[in-house]
Amino acid sequence: MLVLAALSLPLLPQSKGVLSVGPVEKLTIQRGASGEVKITAQLQPGFHVNSNTPSEEYLIPLKLTWAKEPLQAEQVNYPKPQSEKYDFSPTPLSVFSGNFEIVTRFKAPADARNGPAIMNGKLRYQACNNKECLPPRTIEIPVTVEIQ
Amino acid sequence: MLKPIRAAIGCVALGACLVGTGCSNIPEAGFGPRSVHAAVKPEHDRKTAPEFALKDSNGQTVHLADYKGKVVLLDFWATWCGPCKIEIPWFIEFEQQFKDRGFAVLGVSMDEDGWEAVKPYMEDLKINYRILLGNEQVSDIYGGVESLPTTLLIDRQGKIASVHIGLSRGKEEFRDDIDRLLGSSSAGSGRALTALTAAK
Repeated sequence: MLVLAALSLPLLPQSKGVLSVGPVEKLTIQRGASGEVKITAQLQPGFHVNSNTPSEEYLIPLKLTWAKEPLQAEQVNYPKPQSEKYDFSPTPLSVFSGNFEIVTRFKAPADARNGPAIMNGKLRYQACNNKECLPPRTIEIPVTVEIQ
Repeated sequence: MLKPIRAAIGCVALGACLVGTGCSNIPEAGFGPRSVHAAVKPEHDRKTAPEFALKDSNGQTVHLADYKGKVVLLDFWATWCGPCKIEIPWFIEFEQQFKDRGFAVLGVSMDEDGWEAVKPYMEDLKINYRILLGNEQVSDIYGGVESLPTTLLIDRQGKIASVHIGLSRGKEEFRDDIDRLLGSSSAGSGRALTALTAAK
Protein backbone atom coordinates (compact mmCIF):
# COMPACT_ATOMS: atom_id res chain seq x y z
CA MET A 1 0.00 0.00 0.00
CA LEU A 2 2.75 2.38 1.01
CA VAL A 3 4.90 1.43 -1.98
CA LEU A 4 1.94 1.94 -4.27
CA ALA A 5 1.30 5.31 -2.69
CA ALA A 6 4.95 6.28 -3.10
CA LEU A 7 4.82 5.47 -6.79
CA SER A 8 1.53 7.10 -7.56
CA LEU A 9 1.59 10.19 -5.37
CA PRO A 10 3.74 13.17 -6.27
CA LEU A 11 6.10 13.94 -3.41
CA LEU A 12 6.87 17.61 -3.06
CA PRO A 13 5.65 18.73 -6.48
CA GLN A 14 6.15 22.35 -7.43
CA SER A 15 2.79 23.88 -8.13
CA LYS A 16 2.29 26.12 -11.15
CA GLY A 17 0.39 29.33 -11.43
CA VAL A 18 -3.06 29.28 -12.94
CA LEU A 19 -2.32 32.28 -15.14
CA SER A 20 0.05 32.09 -18.08
CA VAL A 21 1.28 34.74 -20.48
CA GLY A 22 1.67 34.04 -24.18
CA PRO A 23 4.72 34.95 -26.26
CA VAL A 24 5.16 38.70 -26.65
CA GLU A 25 6.01 40.12 -30.05
CA LYS A 26 9.25 42.00 -30.48
CA LEU A 27 8.77 45.76 -30.49
CA THR A 28 10.64 47.80 -33.05
CA ILE A 29 10.55 51.47 -32.19
CA GLN A 30 12.12 54.70 -33.42
CA ARG A 31 13.88 57.00 -30.98
CA GLY A 32 11.42 59.66 -29.86
CA ALA A 33 8.44 57.63 -31.11
CA SER A 34 5.77 55.50 -29.41
CA GLY A 35 4.82 51.88 -29.86
CA GLU A 36 2.53 49.31 -28.27
CA VAL A 37 3.08 45.91 -26.70
CA LYS A 38 0.25 43.47 -26.19
CA ILE A 39 0.37 40.97 -23.33
CA THR A 40 -1.97 38.02 -23.72
CA ALA A 41 -2.93 36.31 -20.48
CA GLN A 42 -4.71 33.02 -20.13
CA LEU A 43 -6.38 31.75 -16.97
CA GLN A 44 -7.19 28.16 -16.20
CA PRO A 45 -10.93 27.45 -16.49
CA GLY A 46 -12.80 28.00 -13.25
CA PHE A 47 -10.36 30.62 -12.00
CA HIS A 48 -10.51 34.39 -12.03
CA VAL A 49 -8.14 37.15 -11.01
CA ASN A 50 -9.18 40.43 -9.47
CA SER A 51 -9.25 43.18 -12.04
CA ASN A 52 -6.94 46.19 -11.88
CA THR A 53 -9.78 47.92 -10.02
CA PRO A 54 -11.14 45.37 -7.53
CA SER A 55 -14.58 46.01 -6.08
CA GLU A 56 -13.46 45.31 -2.51
CA GLU A 57 -10.64 47.03 -0.67
CA TYR A 58 -9.22 43.78 0.71
CA LEU A 59 -8.67 42.24 -2.73
CA ILE A 60 -5.31 42.33 -4.51
CA PRO A 61 -5.51 43.98 -7.95
CA LEU A 62 -3.96 42.70 -11.15
CA LYS A 63 -1.10 45.03 -11.96
CA LEU A 64 1.36 45.24 -14.83
CA THR A 65 4.47 47.28 -14.09
CA TRP A 66 7.51 48.02 -16.22
CA ALA A 67 11.15 48.87 -15.63
CA LYS A 68 12.06 52.53 -16.11
CA GLU A 69 14.32 51.86 -19.07
CA PRO A 70 15.23 51.53 -21.90
CA LEU A 71 11.66 52.61 -22.83
CA GLN A 72 9.17 54.65 -20.88
CA ALA A 73 5.80 53.03 -20.23
CA GLU A 74 3.34 55.84 -21.00
CA GLN A 75 0.09 54.00 -20.43
CA VAL A 76 -1.12 50.54 -19.45
CA ASN A 77 -4.57 49.70 -20.79
CA TYR A 78 -6.38 46.87 -19.07
CA PRO A 79 -9.46 45.23 -20.57
CA LYS A 80 -12.92 46.06 -19.31
CA PRO A 81 -13.48 43.93 -16.20
CA GLN A 82 -16.32 41.46 -15.84
CA SER A 83 -18.73 41.68 -12.95
CA GLU A 84 -19.15 38.17 -11.58
CA LYS A 85 -20.91 36.69 -8.58
CA TYR A 86 -19.17 34.02 -6.52
CA ASP A 87 -20.23 31.82 -3.59
CA PHE A 88 -17.93 33.70 -1.23
CA SER A 89 -19.10 37.21 -1.99
CA PRO A 90 -22.53 38.72 -1.41
CA THR A 91 -21.94 41.20 -4.23
CA PRO A 92 -20.47 40.73 -7.73
CA LEU A 93 -16.71 41.19 -8.02
CA SER A 94 -14.70 43.01 -10.67
CA VAL A 95 -12.59 40.27 -12.28
CA PHE A 96 -10.84 38.98 -15.36
CA SER A 97 -11.22 35.39 -16.48
CA GLY A 98 -10.47 33.27 -19.55
CA ASN A 99 -8.16 35.01 -22.01
CA PHE A 100 -7.53 38.72 -21.85
CA GLU A 101 -5.11 41.29 -23.19
CA ILE A 102 -3.24 44.15 -21.61
CA VAL A 103 -1.77 46.76 -23.92
CA THR A 104 1.09 49.02 -22.92
CA ARG A 105 2.10 52.12 -24.87
CA PHE A 106 5.82 52.79 -24.70
CA LYS A 107 7.85 55.78 -25.73
CA ALA A 108 11.50 55.56 -26.74
CA PRO A 109 13.42 58.51 -25.34
CA ALA A 110 15.08 60.68 -28.00
CA ASP A 111 18.45 59.89 -26.46
CA ALA A 112 17.87 56.13 -26.18
CA ARG A 113 20.70 53.96 -27.35
CA ASN A 114 20.15 52.33 -30.74
CA GLY A 115 20.02 48.56 -30.99
CA PRO A 116 18.49 45.56 -29.29
CA ALA A 117 17.41 45.70 -25.67
CA ILE A 118 15.11 44.04 -23.17
CA MET A 119 12.20 45.80 -21.50
CA ASN A 120 11.30 44.00 -18.28
CA GLY A 121 7.75 43.84 -17.00
CA LYS A 122 6.07 42.23 -14.01
CA LEU A 123 2.49 41.03 -13.90
CA ARG A 124 1.20 40.57 -10.36
CA TYR A 125 -2.09 38.81 -9.81
CA GLN A 126 -4.08 36.92 -7.24
CA ALA A 127 -6.39 34.16 -8.37
CA CYS A 128 -9.38 32.39 -6.86
CA ASN A 129 -12.02 30.00 -7.97
CA ASN A 130 -15.50 29.80 -6.51
CA LYS A 131 -14.26 28.07 -3.34
CA GLU A 132 -10.60 28.82 -2.74
CA CYS A 133 -7.88 31.37 -3.32
CA LEU A 134 -4.25 31.05 -4.29
CA PRO A 135 -1.48 33.34 -3.06
CA PRO A 136 -0.47 36.38 -5.09
CA ARG A 137 2.07 35.66 -7.78
CA THR A 138 4.27 37.69 -10.09
CA ILE A 139 5.14 36.72 -13.65
CA GLU A 140 8.28 38.23 -15.17
CA ILE A 141 7.70 39.49 -18.72
CA PRO A 142 10.84 40.30 -20.70
CA VAL A 143 10.05 42.03 -24.00
CA THR A 144 12.61 42.20 -26.77
CA VAL A 145 12.87 45.66 -28.29
CA GLU A 146 14.80 47.10 -31.17
CA ILE A 147 15.48 50.80 -30.90
CA GLN A 148 16.26 52.52 -34.17
CA MET B 1 5.06 33.83 1.80
CA LEU B 2 3.17 30.76 0.65
CA LYS B 3 5.15 28.05 -1.00
CA PRO B 4 3.91 25.57 -3.57
CA ILE B 5 1.97 22.57 -2.38
CA ARG B 6 4.27 19.85 -1.17
CA ALA B 7 1.77 17.26 -0.26
CA ALA B 8 0.53 14.00 -1.60
CA ILE B 9 -3.04 13.68 -2.70
CA GLY B 10 -5.16 11.62 -0.42
CA CYS B 11 -2.86 11.23 2.59
CA VAL B 12 -5.75 11.87 4.87
CA ALA B 13 -8.34 10.06 2.83
CA LEU B 14 -6.21 6.97 2.38
CA GLY B 15 -4.52 7.07 5.74
CA ALA B 16 -1.37 6.14 3.86
CA CYS B 17 0.98 8.94 4.63
CA LEU B 18 4.60 8.08 4.03
CA VAL B 19 6.26 8.58 7.37
CA GLY B 20 9.66 10.17 7.11
CA THR B 21 9.52 10.82 3.40
CA GLY B 22 8.22 14.33 3.47
CA CYS B 23 4.66 13.37 2.75
CA SER B 24 2.48 15.83 4.56
CA ASN B 25 -0.45 15.17 6.83
CA ILE B 26 -2.85 17.05 4.64
CA PRO B 27 -3.98 16.40 1.09
CA GLU B 28 -2.89 18.47 -1.86
CA ALA B 29 -4.97 21.54 -2.34
CA GLY B 30 -3.84 21.80 -5.94
CA PHE B 31 -5.56 23.71 -8.66
CA GLY B 32 -9.00 23.67 -10.09
CA PRO B 33 -12.35 23.86 -8.39
CA ARG B 34 -11.95 20.69 -6.34
CA SER B 35 -12.20 21.55 -2.71
CA VAL B 36 -11.53 18.82 -0.17
CA HIS B 37 -13.83 18.22 2.77
CA ALA B 38 -12.71 15.20 4.69
CA ALA B 39 -14.94 13.75 7.37
CA VAL B 40 -13.57 13.11 10.83
CA LYS B 41 -11.24 10.14 10.52
CA PRO B 42 -11.21 7.20 12.89
CA GLU B 43 -8.72 7.75 15.71
CA HIS B 44 -6.28 5.09 14.50
CA ASP B 45 -5.97 6.81 11.10
CA ARG B 46 -5.06 10.22 12.47
CA LYS B 47 -1.57 11.69 12.08
CA THR B 48 0.07 13.98 14.58
CA ALA B 49 -0.31 17.66 13.69
CA PRO B 50 3.15 19.17 13.10
CA GLU B 51 4.36 21.34 15.97
CA PHE B 52 4.99 25.03 15.33
CA ALA B 53 5.93 28.20 17.16
CA LEU B 54 4.33 31.37 15.79
CA LYS B 55 3.77 34.87 17.13
CA ASP B 56 0.30 36.09 17.93
CA SER B 57 -0.93 39.67 17.54
CA ASN B 58 0.45 40.56 20.99
CA GLY B 59 3.92 39.32 20.09
CA GLN B 60 3.56 36.22 22.23
CA THR B 61 4.99 32.96 20.92
CA VAL B 62 2.36 30.28 20.57
CA HIS B 63 3.13 26.58 20.26
CA LEU B 64 0.57 24.12 19.03
CA ALA B 65 1.63 21.94 21.98
CA ASP B 66 0.19 24.63 24.27
CA TYR B 67 -3.22 23.39 23.14
CA LYS B 68 -2.70 19.71 23.89
CA GLY B 69 -5.85 18.41 25.54
CA LYS B 70 -8.05 20.76 23.56
CA VAL B 71 -9.79 20.35 20.25
CA VAL B 72 -8.26 22.92 17.91
CA LEU B 73 -9.63 24.36 14.70
CA LEU B 74 -6.53 25.48 12.81
CA ASP B 75 -7.45 27.82 9.98
CA PHE B 76 -4.92 28.94 7.35
CA TRP B 77 -6.30 32.13 5.83
CA ALA B 78 -5.40 35.57 4.44
CA THR B 79 -7.02 38.97 4.33
CA TRP B 80 -7.17 38.86 0.51
CA CYS B 81 -9.04 35.55 0.54
CA GLY B 82 -12.77 36.00 -0.08
CA PRO B 83 -13.83 32.45 0.90
CA CYS B 84 -11.90 32.85 4.19
CA LYS B 85 -13.99 35.91 4.95
CA ILE B 86 -17.14 33.80 4.79
CA GLU B 87 -15.84 31.22 7.24
CA ILE B 88 -14.35 33.58 9.84
CA PRO B 89 -17.74 34.54 11.38
CA TRP B 90 -18.46 30.81 11.80
CA PHE B 91 -15.20 30.38 13.68
CA ILE B 92 -15.99 33.38 15.86
CA GLU B 93 -19.25 31.65 16.75
CA PHE B 94 -17.53 28.31 17.45
CA GLU B 95 -14.95 29.97 19.68
CA GLN B 96 -17.73 31.48 21.71
CA GLN B 97 -19.90 28.37 21.74
CA PHE B 98 -17.28 25.72 22.51
CA LYS B 99 -14.42 27.41 24.35
CA ASP B 100 -15.68 26.24 27.74
CA ARG B 101 -15.65 22.65 26.56
CA GLY B 102 -11.93 22.59 25.72
CA PHE B 103 -11.98 24.04 22.24
CA ALA B 104 -9.96 26.78 20.59
CA VAL B 105 -9.69 28.35 17.16
CA LEU B 106 -6.23 29.31 15.90
CA GLY B 107 -6.12 31.40 12.74
CA VAL B 108 -2.82 31.36 10.86
CA SER B 109 -2.62 34.34 8.55
CA MET B 110 -0.53 33.88 5.43
CA ASP B 111 -0.49 37.57 4.55
CA GLU B 112 2.80 38.79 3.11
CA ASP B 113 2.19 42.22 4.58
CA GLY B 114 2.08 40.86 8.11
CA TRP B 115 0.34 42.54 11.01
CA GLU B 116 -0.04 45.78 9.07
CA ALA B 117 -2.68 44.04 6.97
CA VAL B 118 -3.94 41.59 9.57
CA LYS B 119 -4.58 43.71 12.66
CA PRO B 120 -7.09 46.14 11.05
CA TYR B 121 -8.86 43.16 9.50
CA MET B 122 -9.08 41.45 12.89
CA GLU B 123 -10.68 44.57 14.29
CA ASP B 124 -13.09 44.95 11.37
CA LEU B 125 -14.35 41.39 11.70
CA LYS B 126 -14.19 41.46 15.51
CA ILE B 127 -12.22 38.24 15.59
CA ASN B 128 -12.39 36.77 19.09
CA TYR B 129 -9.85 33.97 18.66
CA ARG B 130 -6.09 33.91 18.47
CA ILE B 131 -4.49 34.92 15.21
CA LEU B 132 -0.92 33.89 14.43
CA LEU B 133 1.30 35.10 11.64
CA GLY B 134 2.26 32.20 9.39
CA ASN B 135 5.47 31.75 7.43
CA GLU B 136 7.00 29.47 4.82
CA GLN B 137 8.18 27.07 7.47
CA VAL B 138 4.75 26.40 8.87
CA SER B 139 3.36 26.18 5.35
CA ASP B 140 6.04 23.58 4.57
CA ILE B 141 5.44 21.41 7.60
CA TYR B 142 1.73 21.39 6.85
CA GLY B 143 2.40 20.22 3.32
CA GLY B 144 2.90 23.53 1.54
CA VAL B 145 -0.46 25.05 2.30
CA GLU B 146 -1.39 26.98 -0.80
CA SER B 147 -5.12 27.02 -1.32
CA LEU B 148 -6.92 29.14 1.21
CA PRO B 149 -8.85 28.61 3.31
CA THR B 150 -7.33 25.36 4.56
CA THR B 151 -8.80 24.30 7.87
CA LEU B 152 -7.79 21.40 10.08
CA LEU B 153 -9.57 19.98 13.08
CA ILE B 154 -7.08 18.67 15.60
CA ASP B 155 -8.22 16.33 18.35
CA ARG B 156 -7.36 16.47 22.06
CA GLN B 157 -4.34 14.24 21.45
CA GLY B 158 -2.90 16.69 18.92
CA LYS B 159 -3.81 14.57 15.91
CA ILE B 160 -5.39 15.75 12.68
CA ALA B 161 -8.96 14.53 12.61
CA SER B 162 -10.15 16.27 9.44
CA VAL B 163 -9.03 18.65 6.74
CA HIS B 164 -11.14 21.11 4.79
CA ILE B 165 -9.63 22.84 1.78
CA GLY B 166 -11.62 25.64 0.24
CA LEU B 167 -14.89 27.18 1.35
CA SER B 168 -16.76 24.60 3.38
CA ARG B 169 -20.27 23.54 2.47
CA GLY B 170 -21.56 25.17 5.62
CA LYS B 171 -20.84 25.81 9.25
CA GLU B 172 -22.92 22.84 10.40
CA GLU B 173 -20.34 20.59 8.81
CA PHE B 174 -17.69 22.03 11.13
CA ARG B 175 -19.99 22.26 14.11
CA ASP B 176 -20.88 18.57 13.99
CA ASP B 177 -17.25 17.57 13.66
CA ILE B 178 -16.22 19.80 16.57
CA ASP B 179 -19.04 18.44 18.68
CA ARG B 180 -18.01 14.90 17.86
CA LEU B 181 -14.37 15.59 18.76
CA LEU B 182 -15.38 17.22 22.00
CA GLY B 183 -17.12 14.01 22.88
CA SER B 184 -20.74 15.01 22.67
CA SER B 185 -23.42 12.36 22.35
CA SER B 186 -25.39 14.81 20.25
CA ALA B 187 -22.82 14.75 17.44
CA GLY B 188 -24.53 14.77 14.11
CA SER B 189 -27.72 16.24 15.44
CA GLY B 190 -27.02 19.61 13.80
CA ARG B 191 -26.65 18.10 10.37
CA ALA B 192 -29.63 15.82 10.95
CA LEU B 193 -31.72 18.80 11.98
CA THR B 194 -30.61 20.71 8.89
CA ALA B 195 -31.53 17.78 6.67
CA LEU B 196 -34.87 17.42 8.37
CA THR B 197 -35.60 21.12 7.97
CA ALA B 198 -34.62 20.99 4.31
CA ALA B 199 -36.87 18.02 3.72
CA LYS B 200 -39.92 19.80 5.09
